[in-house]
Amino acid sequence: MISAGIVTVSYIAATVLFILALGGLSNQETARRGNWYGITGMTIALLATVFGVVTEHYELLLGALLIGGTIGIILARRVQMTQMPELVAILHSLVGLAAVAVGFASFMDPNKHFVGIDLTIHDIETYLGILIGAVTFSGSVIAFGKLSGRIGGNPLTLPGRHLFNLGLLIGAIWFGYQFVMQSAAGGGLNPLIIMTVIALLFGIHMVMAIGGADMPVVVSMLNSYSGWAASATGFMLNNDLLIVTGALVGSSGAILSYIMCRAMNRKFLSVIAGGFGTGGGTPAAAGSGEDQGEVIAIEPHDTAALLASAKEVMIIPGYGMAVAQAQHTVFEITRILREKGVNVRFGIHPVAGRMPGHMNVLLAEAKVPYDIVFEMDEVNEDFPNVDVSVVIGANDIVNPSAQTDPDSPIAGMPVLECWKGTVSIVLKRSMATGYAGVQNPLFFKENTRMLFGDAKATLDEVLKAL
Amino acid sequence: MKIGVPREIHAGEQRVATTPDVASLLIKLGYSIAVEKDAGAAANFSNSAYEEAGCEVLASADAVWEQSDIIFKVRAPEGGEEGKLRANQTLISFLAPGQNPELLKQLTESGGTALSMDSVPRISRAQKMDALSSMANIAGYRAVVEAAQHFGRFFTGQITAAGKIPPAKVLVIGAGVAGLSAIGAAKSMGAIVRSFDTRPEVKEQVESMDAEFLMLDFDDEDGTGEGGYAKLMSDEFIAAEMALFAEQAKEVDIIITTALIPGRPAPLLIKAEHVALMKDGSVIVDLAAETGGNCELTEPGEVVVKDGVTIIGYTDLPSRLATQSSQLYATNLRHLITDMTPEKDGNIVVDFEDEVVRGATVCRGGETTYPPPAPKLSAAPPKPAEPEPAPVVVEKKPSIAGPIIMVAVAALALLGLGSVAPPEFMAHFTVFVLACFVGYMVIWNVSPALHTPLMSVTNAISSIIVIGALLQISSSDTVIMWIAAATVLVTSINIAGGFAVTRRMLEMFRK
Repeated sequence: MISAGIVTVSYIAATVLFILALGGLSNQETARRGNWYGITGMTIALLATVFGVVTEHYELLLGALLIGGTIGIILARRVQMTQMPELVAILHSLVGLAAVAVGFASFMDPNKHFVGIDLTIHDIETYLGILIGAVTFSGSVIAFGKLSGRIGGNPLTLPGRHLFNLGLLIGAIWFGYQFVMQSAAGGGLNPLIIMTVIALLFGIHMVMAIGGADMPVVVSMLNSYSGWAASATGFMLNNDLLIVTGALVGSSGAILSYIMCRAMNRKFLSVIAGGFGTGGGTPAAAGSGEDQGEVIAIEPHDTAALLASAKEVMIIPGYGMAVAQAQHTVFEITRILREKGVNVRFGIHPVAGRMPGHMNVLLAEAKVPYDIVFEMDEVNEDFPNVDVSVVIGANDIVNPSAQTDPDSPIAGMPVLECWKGTVSIVLKRSMATGYAGVQNPLFFKENTRMLFGDAKATLDEVLKAL
Repeated sequence: MKIGVPREIHAGEQRVATTPDVASLLIKLGYSIAVEKDAGAAANFSNSAYEEAGCEVLASADAVWEQSDIIFKVRAPEGGEEGKLRANQTLISFLAPGQNPELLKQLTESGGTALSMDSVPRISRAQKMDALSSMANIAGYRAVVEAAQHFGRFFTGQITAAGKIPPAKVLVIGAGVAGLSAIGAAKSMGAIVRSFDTRPEVKEQVESMDAEFLMLDFDDEDGTGEGGYAKLMSDEFIAAEMALFAEQAKEVDIIITTALIPGRPAPLLIKAEHVALMKDGSVIVDLAAETGGNCELTEPGEVVVKDGVTIIGYTDLPSRLATQSSQLYATNLRHLITDMTPEKDGNIVVDFEDEVVRGATVCRGGETTYPPPAPKLSAAPPKPAEPEPAPVVVEKKPSIAGPIIMVAVAALALLGLGSVAPPEFMAHFTVFVLACFVGYMVIWNVSPALHTPLMSVTNAISSIIVIGALLQISSSDTVIMWIAAATVLVTSINIAGGFAVTRRMLEMFRK
């Protein structure tokens, strides 16, 4: 048994290490060290709690830790890089679940000894912790289902869904009031359970209403919620370590959501409110862009010739590359071209893929060196000097109508201006529109060539031809 | 329908309005094609090549005019050709209707339809039909080749065993299509290239070609006119411009002028005194010779030597690269015809609803339809490089009242909280708010490439919630104990999984 002072000092150390861990992730050189800071912080916090607070049931504790840890490590080893968004989503759900469980356990604790205003505050904290935890849990489970394809990616737009959400919110507040009242009298379990159900429903409905391409926002938002849930639990348990760590994670997720929204020029609220229908994104909005002429198709063989004769090549990957698992072929092509002296670079749009930074992870998995992978803002000005841009399974992020057509649902969204280069080659399975349902004038431009077919299969042919 | 391609009869004209390659594509559109014998000979397209492509080769121009429903030409009709157009026949060529009212009248009276390739509106959709740009591109390239032909030195600089060769200095005046093409050609031959234009927004384009853009110290005058062309400038501006040219004339070896203002004589930019300032052996290529010349001493169609400076005033530069220009022109024509053949059945439709066709058509059915009504504002704004930041941005700037109200509400809520909450809670709350700010500061620096590892690591860290479960696991209440044990299990999956997968991802990032 170690003293309470030592435990507190350990918690301070853990807090500092967590902040250093997040700071370390600011660039690739320090990122690995950052991860180790995180692991060390977590270990210190666990050891201090186990030796400083836990008094009984060590065997149960140890068993749970070992089993859970093993499952976690197996998951982390097995997961494919293309499945990262699903893994992150399901892990978020576990934090939510834990918050709910801790909340209930704390509520049922017979040894609690609050009275008066302290009790009210503690009840509110418990209530909030469970509420946020439940939303995180059910929302993450649905996000997992959507990301792994078990649930359709289309937004579910119930009639009167805003009213439904409002109703749920009012219900949650009403039962919160009931809970605090009844808790003061020694009861309160029923309102708490009803509220949990409401929160679960809210989480499900919220994520169901959000479409596939808004997933980066959802994933980072759930990340944020899991932090707030931890923070609320910290308040409930009077534990500063939980409060600080939760707040760190919460604000981190919030900033990521903000960055993602900005990258799509969408408002956070309109993403959360769900559906693309609210933005007037019916096909009619594409009116001025219709009758855009013909597309020019190209064969893999000619693509290879174009690439080989280029000096500057920009590759713009999108979700399609992840779906087709084409990142390794892309890297092989990149390697061959670079050996021939072609300057191949990658331009990554912030919302490409289904999770913030998704494309970077995929490219890293395929061993693409990170110093040739650039952000949109870094490369957008260079497009006039680019000989060939290769767009792999991306659509809305290279749509020029975001700049030219103020009526377009994606108007004002920053896009990669590949059409300013000499030639753009667009790999696509068909002429279907992207997620936003907008026709892409890029495909009809004079300097665009369409390479139809499965990205992996066609790129393999390009590779062979090289 | 049958498309007829007569031989160009203008003296020295070597281009032809369609090539065998393009002809075969037109045949796929459903047309049949008749070419006058030797129409493509000057541009190196033989009669047999046309025949192989599926064209009919006719012996005389008259036969072509008589048998065809559509006539493709390069130059405007002249020397008797004007009278050959008949009702129900369509002529497509360069016509310059603004400069040739007589011709326009005659074509109108014939009752036929005439489309002028130089009247195709400059909108983004019509870029593929913009024959003026195609020709300007070729003229710019050829201007450099002509200059090199008459210039006695290398363009590129070299250090050799026999001494040092300085690079040639080229000044390109007017950075339109022709100017940029000349810049590109001169640059790739190794010259030092400078360019001047009255439109400041082309600076970027010039610099993108690695040439130097010369600026005048003139703040408020922008020479951008309608449709991307230049406009007439004020007297003060011109004086400053002249001073700049005088200074440059002493220094540069080659001047290529491409300045045109639509519907007006070419602006006079290089005066006799500027020519006198140039070194002997220098070359001036005047691409505006046809409309009077940018240089005072230019003689249209001729090469003259004045004050030791060779002044090239060819008006037929595209024709001097006949194979290339025929090919581009034929392709421009094909794009126009493709748009006018909506059914792809070989029948042309002159649809006045189509902005491009409306703009190009100068007469139809005995009526003059030139000039066309002003085009609707095209999809491409005049400065496509700077997109309008769209209305959404405007929405983002609500009145200042919004944030003030937000702050006031937040402050009131905090005050309310502070007035009832016990000090212990407020201590936790302080920590919470500070932690939010620390998180905010730290996360802003994270590079976007690391967003996924960031999420997985924050996910692992947020499993610190396990502490809550650890506090409860020693409870004497079995229900609570088991809930806590399950929570520990769940969160430890998260801790181990989160950190391990982050590590796995970070291992992959390499230089």
